[in-house]
Amino acid sequence: MFEMRPAPPETIIVKTTDFAVGEWRFMIAGQQLPDSQRIVLTGIGLAAPNGNSYAELRESLLACRSGVSPYEIRYFGKTLAGICDFDERRYQKRKDVRRGTRAGSVGVYAALEAVADAGLDWENREKSRVGIYVGVTEHGNVETENEIYEIKQFDYDTKVWSHHHNPRTVANNPAGEVALNMGITGPHYTIGAACAAGNAGLIQGAQMLRLGECDLALAGGVSESIHTFGIFASFSSQGALATHEDATRASRPFDRDRNGIVVAEGGCIYTMERLDDARSRNAKIYGELVGYALNTDATDFVLPNPERQAQCLELALKKAGLAAEEIDIVSTHATGTSSGDIQECKALRAVFGKSERTHFNNTKSYIGHCMGAAGALELAGNLAAFDDGVCHPTINVENLDPECELNGLVLNQPREIGPVKYVLNNSFGMLGINSVVIIGKL
Amino acid sequence: MTPGEIREEIIDILESIAPDEDLSELQDAPNFRDQLELDSMDFLDIVMELRKRYRIQIPEEEYEQLASMQSTVAYLEPIMKDMAKAS
Repeated sequence: MFEMRPAPPETIIVKTTDFAVGEWRFMIAGQQLPDSQRIVLTGIGLAAPNGNSYAELRESLLACRSGVSPYEIRYFGKTLAGICDFDERRYQKRKDVRRGTRAGSVGVYAALEAVADAGLDWENREKSRVGIYVGVTEHGNVETENEIYEIKQFDYDTKVWSHHHNPRTVANNPAGEVALNMGITGPHYTIGAACAAGNAGLIQGAQMLRLGECDLALAGGVSESIHTFGIFASFSSQGALATHEDATRASRPFDRDRNGIVVAEGGCIYTMERLDDARSRNAKIYGELVGYALNTDATDFVLPNPERQAQCLELALKKAGLAAEEIDIVSTHATGTSSGDIQECKALRAVFGKSERTHFNNTKSYIGHCMGAAGALELAGNLAAFDDGVCHPTINVENLDPECELNGLVLNQPREIGPVKYVLNNSFGMLGINSVVIIGKL
Repeated sequence: MTPGEIREEIIDILESIAPDEDLSELQDAPNFRDQLELDSMDFLDIVMELRKRYRIQIPEEEYEQLASMQSTVAYLEPIMKDMAKAS
């Protein structure tokens, strides 16, 4: 049995005049949310190319340790990638690994690590009240390429096309594998949001908790993208795939000589709870989701729009009731492409130009672009700053691109910045999807 | 292929389909399902592997012939007797 949640406080819509482009501002009556509507992060499970736990990731970031390696994939050949080495067998049988997908294995590992980290009494947890919300950039390309490769050996005879193809490629697969493994009977689905998906997973989790649709959300993002040759070939054709003789230096957002993206795999799942629930079980609390925003450029398939990005940042700040000057760390999205990094910096200057408090870093410079996992993973890399007051740097910047200069950009070595109260995490994606989440220290 | 070779081939297929199982004690007469954790998707894997390795098309109405090792070998023997073991 479970308790019915109280209805959320009345939501009113106020049109603001101070907002540059006239968006609608959503406010909760009374401003201060009750604890039953405040959402906190209570557990973190992750698999990153340079760490298989929150602690390992943090250690790698402070040691400036890259997770990018030489890599080879069929048809495309030699390239570079962020490759994970977490133990799939920790939580899955060989048969489950064989039958499922890499994204599913990443999700299972991250979800179970998160639950363990959260100190939940999982055995006695009501599984119908757990929701799974997993962001993905894409899903199914890996498995479809594998099947086409297989039937090519049989002169394209579709009779050897696997019966596992559909359950592997349905869009909910990574979340569904988590549900199957953990016996979760509440809602599960993925959120397709290009490279904004990790943030979008968190946002979805928070919304479902606020609506009372679940009591515990497993939310974040996963990526298996290094196993599809198509993503490498497509970025290469676009002139946006990084190359470098030293793999560890290939991912270099903001550097003058950056030449593209390093594709990576990985995942990060958070346990999210309402503050009153978390407090009632004396949970460890990493931080509170104090603000978020999602918006859309509506201008191009791939080219970002800094004006819309700035609007997304402003919207998240307004929802959080914060000024830009109150943000301590901005975890940037920058991927190492020539134009994308510059566009994001334009947006950041527009919003944070007057802030002397705000520091900027970039985690892709260590691990490459973890696609659907990027937002959730990069946020995780920064949360420890609440405790240690250190902003990890953007590495691999030998010559800062003048167009990427930002006051407060932390380059190449960690910086002690004192007490950290708010971390803001950017994640943007193709088709002009922008996302921002802001986490506050409690 | 001899019945013994067909059995070896089925064991090889089962090792890939059910990698967590110990097949050394597998008995021929009882049904696979009574000895191993196999579901309908696994049985389709057996059908698929026979198709890939030997181009054998097993009609759906005859899938029940694959219930045990004994019935599988008996069913496949006339079909595979003139085939060479795949490398």
